[in-house]
Amino acid sequence: MGNALFHLEWIDYAIMIIYFMFVLGIGWVLKRYMKDANAFLEAGRSMPAWVAGLAFISTNLGALEVMGMAGSGAKYGMLTTHFYWVGAIPAMVFLAIFMMPFYYGSKARSVPEYLKLRFDEKTRGLNAILFAVMTILASGISMYALALLMEKVLGWDFNLSLLLSAAIVLVYTYLGGLSSAIYNEVLQFFIIVIGLLPIVFLGLHEVGGWSGLKEALVPIVSGKGFEGDSFTTTWKYTGQATSNPLGVEWYGILFGLGFVLSFGYWCTNFLIVQRAMAAKSTTAARNTPLIGAIPKMLIPFLIILPGIIALVLMNKTGSDFSINENGKPNYDLTIIMLLKHYLPTGVLGLGITALLASFMSGMAGNVSAFNTVWTYDIYQSYIRPATGDKEADSKHYLKVGRMATVFGVLVSIAAAYLAGLFGNIMDFLQTIFSMINAPLFAVIFLGMFWKRATGHGAFIGLLGGFLVALLHHGLTVPAGATTLVKGGWLGVMHTYPVEMAQNFWTAIYACAASAIIAVVVSLSTTQKKTDDELRGLVYSLTPKIKEDHVVWYMRTNTLAIFVLTMMVVLSVLFW
Amino acid sequence: MLDIRIPIGLLFTVLGILLSAYGIYTNANTELYSKSFQFNVNLWSGLGMLVFGVFMLLLVKKKKK
Repeated sequence: MGNALFHLEWIDYAIMIIYFMFVLGIGWVLKRYMKDANAFLEAGRSMPAWVAGLAFISTNLGALEVMGMAGSGAKYGMLTTHFYWVGAIPAMVFLAIFMMPFYYGSKARSVPEYLKLRFDEKTRGLNAILFAVMTILASGISMYALALLMEKVLGWDFNLSLLLSAAIVLVYTYLGGLSSAIYNEVLQFFIIVIGLLPIVFLGLHEVGGWSGLKEALVPIVSGKGFEGDSFTTTWKYTGQATSNPLGVEWYGILFGLGFVLSFGYWCTNFLIVQRAMAAKSTTAARNTPLIGAIPKMLIPFLIILPGIIALVLMNKTGSDFSINENGKPNYDLTIIMLLKHYLPTGVLGLGITALLASFMSGMAGNVSAFNTVWTYDIYQSYIRPATGDKEADSKHYLKVGRMATVFGVLVSIAAAYLAGLFGNIMDFLQTIFSMINAPLFAVIFLGMFWKRATGHGAFIGLLGGFLVALLHHGLTVPAGATTLVKGGWLGVMHTYPVEMAQNFWTAIYACAASAIIAVVVSLSTTQKKTDDELRGLVYSLTPKIKEDHVVWYMRTNTLAIFVLTMMVVLSVLFW
Repeated sequence: MLDIRIPIGLLFTVLGILLSAYGIYTNANTELYSKSFQFNVNLWSGLGMLVFGVFMLLLVKKKKK
């Protein structure tokens, strides 16, 4: 326990233990509702919109995300908010208005299954297998990061931390399935907000509020070669890539982040979409992303703002605040060092619990999405199809879902140790993820809005888009890249100023290529699905949704207008 | 199905009571609160959690009636 960063007292441990007792307790109580596969893998489609909505954004509020985004706050300032505003909200609104009716209304139980209904078996198979593999790897990586953090911060044994957190996740997901994962995501959302709020208040108090922060930043930012207010504005300096810390121009942000990357992530990633598919009605499913969007837009003040405050603290003369590790800044430590700097025993336990909770709910999210895809899209499709006896089938698939939970957690543990062996695996995985998501968005978009899109078109479009992404990644590098994981393994044709720019353009090329290939192949193959089969899956063949029976302020369109207005107001305020 | 507001309400009520009690108990400890500029963050966070927890439980009670 010698060189741990924190020293915890009994009260900190008490908070931690009480929290995890509740987590396990929720799983225990939910166990008796898990009577069939539908309840376990789809939460029985019974969630109220606000629960699904908070879970929806919570899945994207894992500890790696929180730590990374606070670090980005220190690195890029308020420009980081582009990931929360333009880089999330339009996609969430689009998902709610245009895509949820098809995901939810088609009765598909997963995104791969939608692909099967709309296109064909091979498109589903490709997507399901890729998704299952990637999800489990992601879960393993976050397990690894958690254990590493507990070792460094709390001085706990690495192996013990890893197995303990895996055991907690396993128990509550095994007992309560998707419902348990969703409930704990909601719990995690509140504990993260309450755990981080003291830092925001104390930080603002120390730097003298927002105006004090702006003032203190001027000399620091000027020293980096940017305008004095470039860390407290969002769009002002995006006319040229070189005049803002992010290194991307406004159109790169708008199209790369705001369109391709965010639509690819929010509208097609089953991990996210599954939360909305668990809602209790079509209206609730459509409102899920919109209700989630409201807190989503405010999260920057909880995470990015402290990151910016940290930048001021580390440049203050005589301050002992530092995120340096072995002489180099480690931006991922930003939020940890803020916890250490501001929080006394008591709330410190709360802050640490919040981080641990978000690690674990991230894993549980991955495992519960893996379950569903494994059971319905792989096992039921290729290993043991339904027999027709509904009750017996449902019992059987419930058992398979539970086994998949155990299997998923075990493979995650293996992946966690693998991550320890290959330090670059995280970068690698993120790169591959964006290569898969961008083409997937193009294909699903065509499928929903163009009834002529065919199965062959979708399949070849997905593969082609992925190959183009690989090719682009292989031919370009970000400036200063030292490993081939960052690109350039085929030769270097173009050098991007920052890695972010390379990611944006990889996604843009992949999405465009995939769309073009899918259109060309679709036009040269015949549509095997009849109009009747495509009803409820394609926009032009599906009756418009009427919202007359819903009170006006809960209608999807009303919420969408509210959310978009709020985004515009925030963007103007922090222009 | 379990109303999620019940575990949320219970959790934050319990944690709120615990943390505010600890805050009252340590109120005179200036060394402990030197990090937080002598704000008793334990007491304030605890009270905030308690109010939130009780509010959630009241919502559940109101729905049952």
